[in-house]
Amino acid sequence: MFSSRLMLIVTFFVVVVLFLIIFVLLRKSWPILSTKSLGELLSWSWLPSQGKFGFSPFILGTLAVTAVAMIIAIPLSILTAIYIAEYAPRKLRAIVKPFIDLLAGIPSIVFGLFGVLVVVPLVSGYLAPLFGTTSTGYCVLSAGIVLALMVFPIMISICVELFEAVPGGVREASLALGATRWQMVKHVVVRSSFPGIIAAIILGFGRAFGETLAVMMVVGNSPVTPSLFGPAYPLTALIANNYGEMMSVPMYESALMLAAFILLVVSVISIIAARLILRRVERRWAVG
Amino acid sequence: MDRRKAEETFFKWLTAICTIIVVGSALAIVVTVIIKGAPALSLSMITQTPSGGYYTGTAGGGILNAIVGSLYLAFGATALAIAISLPVALFLQRDYAMKSGFTGFVRFVLDILWGVPSIVLGMFMLTIMFFLGMRASLGAGIIVLALLELPIMIRAMDAAIRSVPDKMKEASYALGATRLETSLKVVVRQALPGLLVAILLAFGRAIGDGASIMLTSGYSDRIPTSLGDPVASLPLAIFYLSGLPYSGAKEKAYAAAFILLVIVLLVSMISRYILKKFSKYVVK
Repeated sequence: MFSSRLMLIVTFFVVVVLFLIIFVLLRKSWPILSTKSLGELLSWSWLPSQGKFGFSPFILGTLAVTAVAMIIAIPLSILTAIYIAEYAPRKLRAIVKPFIDLLAGIPSIVFGLFGVLVVVPLVSGYLAPLFGTTSTGYCVLSAGIVLALMVFPIMISICVELFEAVPGGVREASLALGATRWQMVKHVVVRSSFPGIIAAIILGFGRAFGETLAVMMVVGNSPVTPSLFGPAYPLTALIANNYGEMMSVPMYESALMLAAFILLVVSVISIIAARLILRRVERRWAVG
Repeated sequence: MDRRKAEETFFKWLTAICTIIVVGSALAIVVTVIIKGAPALSLSMITQTPSGGYYTGTAGGGILNAIVGSLYLAFGATALAIAISLPVALFLQRDYAMKSGFTGFVRFVLDILWGVPSIVLGMFMLTIMFFLGMRASLGAGIIVLALLELPIMIRAMDAAIRSVPDKMKEASYALGATRLETSLKVVVRQALPGLLVAILLAFGRAIGDGASIMLTSGYSDRIPTSLGDPVASLPLAIFYLSGLPYSGAKEKAYAAAFILLVIVLLVSMISRYILKKFSKYVVK
């Protein structure tokens, strides 16, 4: 009896942690939320010493970097998953799948270092001239590429699982009607897995959105309007670069806590959405 | 007819090319770290702490502080996380929690916790540290990394334990064993390979995370002697040193990346080995 009560208490503690995180961050960002208007918080001027905390450059920075990452990662991940699940010979699949798992295990800081050593020179030396501009390489595109690399394993492994779960009978029905393999993939496999693909995209988005160090290393960290070959300053970088002096200026602490709270809210919402969708998907084939 | 065939060929090749890009970039990452990191490795690099000041003396000595620091942090966090995760994972089974609504809710909360960015966990821990009057230290780093590991470890342990057949538990109960005895002597033993893999998975995640400990454990050239000392770590060594304009510092960053990658790959290989080797002792 004692042991099970102890287990209950520990379980309770773990659940409470999440709510404690939400409460503490909201409580800490309350001073700035209650004294500044929404217009001030969404302005463009970030001058902590003058009490100006406009979050727009940082929110847009995060959005720009994440958007570029998703634009790269979504088509590549889905097509790769299709190849692994539908086209790849069995032997090749046995090699590629562990490789994707390996990619998932690489720490994000290593992706950042790879970004500095390879992606940044690639963007400044080749991609920017290709588009007729110049760039230092420390830009939104580089950060997007690095994030896309980090998102690949998440999206690919979920999509492969989804595609492999499509029952053989449904596939055969399509092939029996004279569909080519690709038509079967397009009309049966991808369409029936569509909600799950959305969930995979949301989970990938959540990972990219909250990434800190790898992005900071390649994004330039300059609070300007983000452009593809120009620098940006995401919310995560804002926290990591300034947490050291946040106690020195009034309201600064609260402003950084608000940045963390925004990240928290977006990640919580995206996880809830993805889980709800995936739960539905699981039921789908269980019935049929 | 021809168009359908062309479409088929086109997409077959397109998906193959995408796979090559993804696998190729994974290879490129590993190869880059090896090319840059392997030459930077030397005996003094892995057996000495940095000599001289943080910025000026970055050329001398090695990165022993970061290696040992990362191991302290990751082992400490993993030990703490095991102590919390195992009871929770056992409790999530039907033997204990009768109401499935509650266990479903706990699993849902864990999924959400899994997705919380590590920098947010760092900010949360920083607030708690201000509240308690702690400073950036090994102890705080261990706590925040344990927090990061919890959802990963519990969900993986939960899946491993759930695969234990009901018949086995019933046999144990029929012999008059209590729930605790059944859990510890039958369930845990049967699920042991899965539990070990869960622990390794969480360990690998913790040793590679930098954002959370950046805010909570500080950085130091010395090896900590107590939980209250600030501590260096491999991810932060890579982050700080690769950004410095001295070649000596960059060398250290590359060496740190190499060592971190080796540790992570080793952990992942060990878990593969465990799954393969030990699953034969599991009663099917």
